[in-house]
Amino acid sequence: MKAELSDLDRRLLNDFQQDFPLSSTPYADMARSLGVTEEEVLVRLHELKQAGAISRVGAVVRPNTVGVSTLAAIAVPPEKLEAVAAIVSGYAEVNHNYEREHRMNLWFVATAPDAARLHTVLDEITIRSGYEVLSFPLVEDYHIDLGFDLRWN
Amino acid sequence: MELNIIKHSTATSPRPPVDEADRRLLAAIQHGLPLTPRPYAEIGAQLGVSEEQVIARLAYLKEAGVIRRFGVVVRHHELGYASNAMVVWDVPEEQVTELGRCIADFDFITLCYRRPRRLPQWRYNLYCMIHGKNREEVLAHLEWMVNHCGLQTLPHEVLFSRRRFKQRGAIYTLPAETDGC
Repeated sequence: MKAELSDLDRRLLNDFQQDFPLSSTPYADMARSLGVTEEEVLVRLHELKQAGAISRVGAVVRPNTVGVSTLAAIAVPPEKLEAVAAIVSGYAEVNHNYEREHRMNLWFVATAPDAARLHTVLDEITIRSGYEVLSFPLVEDYHIDLGFDLRWN
Repeated sequence: MELNIIKHSTATSPRPPVDEADRRLLAAIQHGLPLTPRPYAEIGAQLGVSEEQVIARLAYLKEAGVIRRFGVVVRHHELGYASNAMVVWDVPEEQVTELGRCIADFDFITLCYRRPRRLPQWRYNLYCMIHGKNREEVLAHLEWMVNHCGLQTLPHEVLFSRRRFKQRGAIYTLPAETDGC
């Protein structure tokens, strides 16, 4: 992916992580500031999305303002990890699910419309996997999300 | 003492109001804006509101802090930032806020949250995520941060990610639509 990025791609990826135009023709506005056509912007954004470099053009919502979310973890014996991970990933409410290097080795984020549904999901995972799910909901957030400054060198 | 200074806190400020129309709007864009010339008009047509209403409401949600960031959401891993570690710290309660803010200031940090301990299994109450191109870069970032914020004596663990089973944006669909899951 990285080797194929053009200058236009790099600017599309880095310069519009915040303050995407809220105008009726946002892609045309971007194109104007980049000195290319609207068509080029749309085609490249579509291709970058297809390639997985972009997850979307859209909103990053503050945690727990719309819906309720938590970070949860399970200590799973290594030989059971794939099976338990598949159970966890199978829930539409789970948006991140990672193996991490620790005895507590499976970490996931679950978001549901309300607390009742979130608890149901965590309880079901406990029952179906046979391992205790520890939930660590957000207490205080110290980070201001300005996007991620990509460095190409 | 410096650690007792209370600055502006994002988490303790009141929750901004989000109504049903806002929920529908955020659900309509949860997979991303359409990549077409008039994306807000398309979203409006789906919801039965005007393009101007969509734009005005998104601007309001941004202003109110419900939307923290509006734009291109990149996937770090695919762009060469292949290594990430969640670092968890056991911090005395009275120092969490100050240290959390110090950590959150670095540009290689993408998240920094206080979370509850779960004793006896889990003693850690401050979490941050460090991204880098490789393991060495992540560890160098960590060392720099430890020295800068004075974290040398705090118990901590570094949990590098190994496998990614699933990653996508959160889904904010309405309760009725998730009943079948």
